[in-house]
Amino acid sequence: MTALATFYERMFFIRRFEETLLDLFSLGKLVGTTHTYIGQEANAVGLIEHLDPDRDVVFSNHRCHGHYLAFTDDAFGLLCEVMGKAPGVCGGKGGSQHLCKGNFYSNGVLGSIVPVATGIALAEKRKGTGAVSTVFLGDGTLGEGVTYESLNLASVWKLPVLFVVENNHYAQSTPIELVLAGSIPARGAAFGVETAELDTTDVEEIHEVSGYAVARIRETGEPYFLVLNTYRFSPHSKSDDQRDPAEIEERRKQDPLLVAGARLGDDERSAIEERCEQRLAATVEAADAAPAAQPEAA
Amino acid sequence: MNTQPKRCVQVLNDALHEIFEERDDVCLLGEDILDPYGGAFKVTQGLSDSHPDRIFTTPISEASLFGVAAGMALRGQRPILEIMFGDFIALGFDQVVNGISKFREMYDDQVTVPLVVRTPMGGRRGYGPTHSQSLEKLLLGVPNICVVAASECHDLRSLLTHAVDDDRPVFFIENKLMYGRMSRRPEDGHIGELAVRESGGRYPALTFSGTDFTEAAATIVTYGGMVPIVLEAVTELILEHEIFCEVVALSQLLPMALDPVLESVARTGALVTAEEGTLTGGFGAEIAARVQEAAWSDLRGPVQRVAARDGIVPSARPLEDAMLPSAHDVVKAIVALEGVRS
Repeated sequence: MTALATFYERMFFIRRFEETLLDLFSLGKLVGTTHTYIGQEANAVGLIEHLDPDRDVVFSNHRCHGHYLAFTDDAFGLLCEVMGKAPGVCGGKGGSQHLCKGNFYSNGVLGSIVPVATGIALAEKRKGTGAVSTVFLGDGTLGEGVTYESLNLASVWKLPVLFVVENNHYAQSTPIELVLAGSIPARGAAFGVETAELDTTDVEEIHEVSGYAVARIRETGEPYFLVLNTYRFSPHSKSDDQRDPAEIEERRKQDPLLVAGARLGDDERSAIEERCEQRLAATVEAADAAPAAQPEAA
Repeated sequence: MNTQPKRCVQVLNDALHEIFEERDDVCLLGEDILDPYGGAFKVTQGLSDSHPDRIFTTPISEASLFGVAAGMALRGQRPILEIMFGDFIALGFDQVVNGISKFREMYDDQVTVPLVVRTPMGGRRGYGPTHSQSLEKLLLGVPNICVVAASECHDLRSLLTHAVDDDRPVFFIENKLMYGRMSRRPEDGHIGELAVRESGGRYPALTFSGTDFTEAAATIVTYGGMVPIVLEAVTELILEHEIFCEVVALSQLLPMALDPVLESVARTGALVTAEEGTLTGGFGAEIAARVQEAAWSDLRGPVQRVAARDGIVPSARPLEDAMLPSAHDVVKAIVALEGVRS
């Protein structure tokens, strides 16, 4: 299988996983809330390909399912977690936004995760593991002051942190034009951190540039600030979308699945999609049958 | 063989040097901690000379430093974070409430967060409203952390060593006036004229008695910087009023472990709480609730609280003195107890 086919399969699975969550939500089978990654899949898939799950560390945010699936491939553990089932990766205690498995973590307060990822990099540097600590921010996270404290710390202490800003242009319902001053890449550069910016939904392009970023961190041991301009087709959470439908439709023309899918043969693409659908159906069936999380007996 | 008594700051400093010798997974982060300055209160003096690779002098970024320490702890290190003034823990509260205290349980026990936050609390030095507070009560409402308060009568070396060895996040509360005082450990079961019993566990409570635990009119429970003030009040109560009290000086504030308090209350039948923080929603309120639940039948009357007035800690000395609880306030509370003079 070509690299592109692998990317397509991962992206397609994440897309369908997230769409399935929204369906399950409508059926009352999900607890709490969910923030889907629909439209942003190329970022997680293209970048995480360069990380070693046994060594590198990822800290993600409230919109973490795509990162989680790309890093761990644990669809059953994630689905059970968001369905409040006992085999959930955190036993149903964390839910959608609070995941932990191996070297993957996520937490639900914007900004909070950035210093923690910085501390992880400091620990890994001390231990000499060569790990890269990747933290996924959004444009919304740029409103949180600890982000800048962390950039300063990572730069002054020369820590192997990959700061990834997935700029989807909306903080929940608020367009960035109303709340964000200045330039996003300049925020990294201001702290003396090497910076790159991409404006694409092409997974192969993201893969190439993020590969350079990860390689630079491995080579220098110093942080890197990567801005990925992107777009989410789905609401922030569920049914909380006031964006102009025409804007979303325009963006859908650059759907990462269309961009990558166009480079595959029809048969190959259909086979991949069929495999994903089967895997997803089996995952949903197993998770649905799993026992609900229960409090421990007193 | 008696060793020379040391000031508490020296005991803590010696303990840190010992911890750094024994464990290579321990790091220290804080502001202005490098030698020759050695920290605002000199607790970390000499460490950056002896262990330069494990002492991180930091920018003034408390909000992030709590998170940095958490990240290190998640990855198997045992960071000690020095926060220069206890007041500044407010800057780190997101990390404390939404990260440090939550990671272990919300990640279903897949991780531990073994970090220590060392910070001095307390007033009586004229530092004013933002450098004098006792904010322990803000921590007491946070599940899944451990809060330890040191006093000059506790074994500071043992407390700090246990805090570093602890797999839970530990807030290690020091006191600004304590640093300069001599460590006063029990000798032959006594500190001065008072008999002392020390409970077990990593963070023991000390129970003081002026009658060798035979009779007493009330129990006073306290911690940290209030310990010497309460002991002064106890002496005054004996000399001026012929009232004998027991004092329980806790070192573990959270999780609350009140057996020594309940044992004392079973003997005395009355309880006064004494804390330097402001009254409302405080240490005393929580202890009063727990003791009346557990020992209602032992109590002759309501639990009384001695605390700071609900307001700011003013800078000018007479104003600060009026705001913070004094030995006299403790004496007044005891004398006013029902049945104390029977």
